[in-house]
Amino acid sequence: MSTVYNEADPYAGSRETTEGRVYTVTGGDWDLTFADPHDEDRLVVNMGPQHPSTHGVLRLVLDLEGETVTKARVVIGYLHTGIEKNTEYRNWVQGTTFVTRMDYLSPLFNEAGYCLAVEKLLGIEAPQRAQTIRVLVMELNRIASHLVALATFGMEMGALTGMTNGFREREMVLDVLEEITGLRMNHAYIRPGGLAQDLPEGAVESVRDLLKILPKRVADFHRLLTGQPIWQNRLKDAGYLDVTGCVALGVTGPILRAAGLPWDLRKVEPYLGYETYDFEVPTADTSDAWGRYLVRMAEVNESLKIVAQALDRLEPGPVMVEDRKIAWPAQLSLGADGMGNSLDHVRNIMGQSMESLIHHFKLVTEGFRVPAGQVYVPIESPRGELGFHVVSDGGTRPWRVHVRDPSFVNLQATAAMSEGGMIADVIAAIASIDPVMGGVDR
Amino acid sequence: MAGGGEAGFDDATAPSGGFRKGAFGVSGSGDTSGFGGLVRVEPGGAVALHSTDRPYGGWFDEVTDALIDAVGQATYDAAVLRVLVDRGEITYFVAREHLLTLARALRDDEALRFELCSSVSGVDYLDSGGPAADATRPRLHVVLHLTSMTYRRRIRLELAVTAEDPHVPSVTGIYPTADWHERETFDMFGIVFDGHPALTRILMPDDWDGHPQRKDYPLGGVPVEYHGATIPPPDTRRAYR
Repeated sequence: MSTVYNEADPYAGSRETTEGRVYTVTGGDWDLTFADPHDEDRLVVNMGPQHPSTHGVLRLVLDLEGETVTKARVVIGYLHTGIEKNTEYRNWVQGTTFVTRMDYLSPLFNEAGYCLAVEKLLGIEAPQRAQTIRVLVMELNRIASHLVALATFGMEMGALTGMTNGFREREMVLDVLEEITGLRMNHAYIRPGGLAQDLPEGAVESVRDLLKILPKRVADFHRLLTGQPIWQNRLKDAGYLDVTGCVALGVTGPILRAAGLPWDLRKVEPYLGYETYDFEVPTADTSDAWGRYLVRMAEVNESLKIVAQALDRLEPGPVMVEDRKIAWPAQLSLGADGMGNSLDHVRNIMGQSMESLIHHFKLVTEGFRVPAGQVYVPIESPRGELGFHVVSDGGTRPWRVHVRDPSFVNLQATAAMSEGGMIADVIAAIASIDPVMGGVDR
Repeated sequence: MAGGGEAGFDDATAPSGGFRKGAFGVSGSGDTSGFGGLVRVEPGGAVALHSTDRPYGGWFDEVTDALIDAVGQATYDAAVLRVLVDRGEITYFVAREHLLTLARALRDDEALRFELCSSVSGVDYLDSGGPAADATRPRLHVVLHLTSMTYRRRIRLELAVTAEDPHVPSVTGIYPTADWHERETFDMFGIVFDGHPALTRILMPDDWDGHPQRKDYPLGGVPVEYHGATIPPPDTRRAYR
């Protein structure tokens, strides 16, 4: 956009010369712009989009009177990558690899939500083993995500040891996810109809080892921060938002539960068999950053319980639907040169018949068709209600994928949480929302 | 409800305007494998034009009756153009003049209590199969997902507007959470929410031209340094549909 200057422009005076009009551009004078004789203390502070306390590329414009915030405006969009639009030009299976990159701290939830929506459109259900493994990896992912939330919480409040500890523990979880899916993040492990592959050998033992270590580490985290007077004073009464405020602003997840409402989609609208797992929904009644911290800490322990139960009920079986018109035809195995298509599988395809080869080729290049219609599938991500509104026109690609990302919605509460409070509490409020900008901007 | 998208559609009952494609009637490629099967396109394309008959089943009837009680039969008849039950979800197609009346009743009535507006978004149905969109079959849809936390129910409200007159009343006065949702829908689809406190772009830069998620938004190709070749924009690449 080209700026049009004119004589009325207060920032660029001009005069006519023989060479044409010459402008005198001076720096923006905030005193002139914001001069207010009744309110000399008013100060506008721009924070971010590259500020270490703003969780990535979030920009805050704060109106201050002394240290009191009178107005907080949130500016987003710095990480917009057009993922929703991109999915419209890829086939249904490829959609998984796009949505997994949205909220990069909870990739498996993005995949699971998307795949559940596609499966609902298709009218199919993943096999039991695939569902159990989905629950298993999702809860591991929830632990990893909450650990980052707690770690960055510590960092932003100045408790740097909390940051190093949280990220260390999270890396242990990611190591296990890497062993299972092949990647630390952006797994593309959950696919429409099931999973990309079964659990590799030794994965169950790795998860069990993790389950032995993590409870101790969570207790250490409690010892490090929970009883600490500075930590408590920074968090208590900061970023207050009660149930009414949460529901009006659409806020879900730990923030809503910290306000006292035990609203967890795993309990109230169960999916993937969550109703058969034994776990509690932790709540707090403080409606502030302190309560959100406690709720997240407790949720890590509940997720550990679910992971243990999922391990115990793993039965051998297929991890992809039987329907060969939908099931992805690849079969991975570890060869001498790393992970790749299983040679037996390739030999099988190439040796069977011309028709089966054609079918394999067509399913990979063209993809399956999904009957026309629309569905909305919500699941409980670490940050709240993650909803997938998926529309099909009956073709091989999604007509529209809209993601109701919880970070996007929860971030709207920033103003309600911080206006009227101290500027230092803005940091506590944002940290307690735990927004992930990849999900906010998509 | 599986396969409900095709409910009521076969050759005998097909409303006029529907057609078949696929199999050996291919276009754009030499593919005659028949892999995609025979695709029957309904007259509304991706938009199912039929209406589900009562009873809808489950709690759908309860909610519909409560809604009629709350706003009155006359208003309901004028406001709700048709109701579609598909894949276990209920969609009310709503006339935009009555959206706020319905939304207020849905939120406040004690038999309804849809306290939470989960999501507001848009869908552009331009060229989604069937005949071209016109004033009677507007292309831009606004979709609201409402959640009742009291009764644990979800419903969908859907409105359709033309690209020439893309005005929809804003529900921010009833659901404050719709603020950013509506800004995003405006940003991506150019749908104008009348009554929104500050309807500005939210994800794209303020000076951006056009609305990227419209289906006719021009997409860019990628130049490659080989004999001046270009990777064509994704919507013009050869592809299976």
